[in-house]
Amino acid sequence: MQARKFLPLAGAALLFALPVLPVPEFWITQLNYIGLFALVSLGLVLLTGVGGLTSFGQAAFVGLGAYTTAVMSTSYAASPWLALLVGLVITGVVALVLALLTLRMSGHYLPLATIAWALSLNFSMANMDFLGKYDGIQGLPPLHFLGISLQDGRAIYYLIWVIAILAAIGVRNLLDSRPGRAIRSLNGATTMAEAMGVSTFRYKVVIFVIAALLASVSGWLFAHFQRTVNPSPFALKMGIEYLFMAVVGGVGTVWGAFIGAGMVKIIEDQLKVVLPALLGSNGNFEIIVLGIVLVLMLMYAPKGLWPYMTAFFGRWWPAPARARDWAGAEPLAARDKPQPGELLLEVDKVRKQFGGLVAVNDVSFQIRAGEIIGLIGPNGAGKSTTFNLISGVLSLTSGAVSFRGQAVGGLASREIARRGMSRTFQHVKMIADMTVLENVALGGYLRSHNGAARAMLRLDREEEKRLFAEAERQLQRIGMGDKMFELAGNLALGPQRLMEIARALCTDPALLLLDEPAAGLRHKEKQALAEVLRQLKSEGMSILLVEHDMEFVMGLTDRIVVMEFGTKLIEGTPAEVQASPAVRAAYLGTEH
Amino acid sequence: MDFTIASILALDGVTNGAIYALLALSLVLVFAVTRIIFIPQGEYVAFAALTMAGLQLGQTPLTIWFLLAMALGVAVLDLWAGWRAGRAPAALLREVGLAAALPVAIALVGLWAAPLKLPLFLQALLTLAIVTPMGPLVYRLAYQSLADASVLVLLIVSVGVHFALTGLGLVFFGAEGSRNPSFWDASFSFGPLALSGQTVIIIGASIALIVLLWLFFEKSLYGKALRATAVNRLGARLMGISSTAAGKLSFTMAAFIGALSGLLISPTTTIFYDSGFLIGLKGFVAAVFAGLSSYPLAAVGALLVGLLESFSSFWASAFKEVIVFTFILPVLLWRSLRDPHQDEE
Repeated sequence: MQARKFLPLAGAALLFALPVLPVPEFWITQLNYIGLFALVSLGLVLLTGVGGLTSFGQAAFVGLGAYTTAVMSTSYAASPWLALLVGLVITGVVALVLALLTLRMSGHYLPLATIAWALSLNFSMANMDFLGKYDGIQGLPPLHFLGISLQDGRAIYYLIWVIAILAAIGVRNLLDSRPGRAIRSLNGATTMAEAMGVSTFRYKVVIFVIAALLASVSGWLFAHFQRTVNPSPFALKMGIEYLFMAVVGGVGTVWGAFIGAGMVKIIEDQLKVVLPALLGSNGNFEIIVLGIVLVLMLMYAPKGLWPYMTAFFGRWWPAPARARDWAGAEPLAARDKPQPGELLLEVDKVRKQFGGLVAVNDVSFQIRAGEIIGLIGPNGAGKSTTFNLISGVLSLTSGAVSFRGQAVGGLASREIARRGMSRTFQHVKMIADMTVLENVALGGYLRSHNGAARAMLRLDREEEKRLFAEAERQLQRIGMGDKMFELAGNLALGPQRLMEIARALCTDPALLLLDEPAAGLRHKEKQALAEVLRQLKSEGMSILLVEHDMEFVMGLTDRIVVMEFGTKLIEGTPAEVQASPAVRAAYLGTEH
Repeated sequence: MDFTIASILALDGVTNGAIYALLALSLVLVFAVTRIIFIPQGEYVAFAALTMAGLQLGQTPLTIWFLLAMALGVAVLDLWAGWRAGRAPAALLREVGLAAALPVAIALVGLWAAPLKLPLFLQALLTLAIVTPMGPLVYRLAYQSLADASVLVLLIVSVGVHFALTGLGLVFFGAEGSRNPSFWDASFSFGPLALSGQTVIIIGASIALIVLLWLFFEKSLYGKALRATAVNRLGARLMGISSTAAGKLSFTMAAFIGALSGLLISPTTTIFYDSGFLIGLKGFVAAVFAGLSSYPLAAVGALLVGLLESFSSFWASAFKEVIVFTFILPVLLWRSLRDPHQDEE
């Protein structure tokens, strides 16, 4: 346990002692480059590894940072620190435009756009007179920090590595926070996150801009470290190499960026010497090896090298569980609940057509506060589609849905969630590599406010405690308090379903929509679940339940809506439904 | 600018646009069937143009040896995979041998014919025969085991393949560029407009290929199988259409179209080992214009790219690439307004 704390500190101490030790200049220079590259691939870890988006244009953002300071500090004799700010602003604006143009479409348009933009920018640099065309700009002033000149490689080393490490800590903080959990949902769980009130589009834009800004800072450092800029280090080839570094190191982990940058820089330098000698001519032959290794990595080690290293060290120093530091945290704000008997949800002739198929045919029903309503019907009756129409996951073909007196038909699911409707999914949707507690805390997204900047600076801890306290409370409520530190992906199906209910409860809903919550549960678990739902009802919760299990539904609900072939067949109390010959015919077929 | 210059630029734009159209069509084809964004498409262009240049000089292009090496590599991989799957050795050997027979035979013919300085037409055929089989071999080596990976992973793999092939192109052909002789030296003049035989061939070949592709997808069973795979991979597999075979077929077609584009373009401009990338990317701009899904729109987009390129080379020649590649931004804006689409999970 002690070693886990001691090792990183020892590593940091060594890192910062290196320049004063008799280390050859060559290695200091190498480490400077590795720090600069790691800063860029850190952004790609966030973007590609966590967010599931990618960019081949990071080198172009590096170029923006570098050229901005080159022009400002030579032609206008401006302070490099001012140029850093201007570079960040320019980069931010460009990244924002690219993101807004591409991120509403499928994920592969962003990388294609970044390829095109990286090429355009590079050709621009190489053809603009005031940027020095292919020769670039020479004679940049060295940086000064508090009056100390950072002209020497050993001096700027400190600035590079302090920034790189701070950036890594910032990204790590970000990933363990309210916006971080939303970001971690981007790669494969966006429907769920939207249903929890997250604007996934917004977070895609955020991580793309953060990655671009990190690249821009790297470019600024690069320009003052080299004291000269020209177009070639910012070409598309380098943009691809940054991605390569992230993939090699471990595209999902912050420290993988450093491992990847180090490995690629050192090995590439060797290849640049060995291959031309072997082939007897000059050229970028190293890209053959880089390309083949990249393909092999994706085939055989898609998570990169870092997971192997943690698995190796983890044998002796297992990762500690999150400290339970939220005891006594103030509860999150709760919404005012509807009065019992108030009209809560009115579904009016909703209809959904997929081409010529009418999946839901003018279905209407109402829910009043404090009721549990069951929605049942044979397979393919359109129950889940109706459910998705109400919760905004699918768009209405016609009809209207109003919730607490407001029309919600046609709203995005996150807007509906904001109004107090929360749901679970027929096929469990979760972030498998987060703990149960973190998954449930995502439910509290709309009840909390911290953004990415505050999260990176760790100014969000008070609210985080309140979120985790609430998440734990909801897990206790459904009897899963003992599983909160397990990874969600390791749970069996039953507990995963319960976790979804806890997550929905964490949103403080006025109406809970449960899509087949009892499917896959064992008998005891079903009884426990029914008990939980009864208790929720006694606390005034209203629930709409889609379910197959008749016994479960009959014992629990106030009223039942039966659907068949997309149409509402009958609505009534459990006893009425049980007695109905039409329902019997729908389930078992008609007697002839 | 007067009408004469405008018409010359327009003709130039349409000629290049025809090449970009071929590349855009093959990119849409590959993406639709395999979900692979095939960045290295342009490498076939350079490989074909420079292989042809080698044959012109009576040299043996190293691409022939590369073909042989890839065929052997695939044979070894297939044998290993079959042996691990516990296949009967005799049947396995026969199958792998049959698969390797064609590329090996082509390579042997190539090695024999290369120094003969065959007539232009035969050299062109030989070049097509050398480059086209690389398509399915590349698919087998780089993509087949990742066929179910996400679009993003496949895209990164494509970039890796692009790196490897570009670097190998430098090894095979060196840094110097080549320009091939025209297939047809005729020249027709219409007033101020001079139409060279090569232009006629380029535009004619593009139109012919587009018609052939249309016939293939609309009329042939193979074409329909490919379309089925494009719409629903799992469903197609359940209907007995192998997604691996569909992938290899689409890669074969892409390699053929790429090689043909290389032969068509190489008499009009000097091709270097890395020229293919930019040419292929212009095809990509056109394919993005088509949302990576519509063949007719891809052809229209390619013509637009060609025209944009030729007119911007007149007004701002240093910035013609900047203008062409920045064109993707308004295209993306237009597309995102036209059909906003969220990722499926």
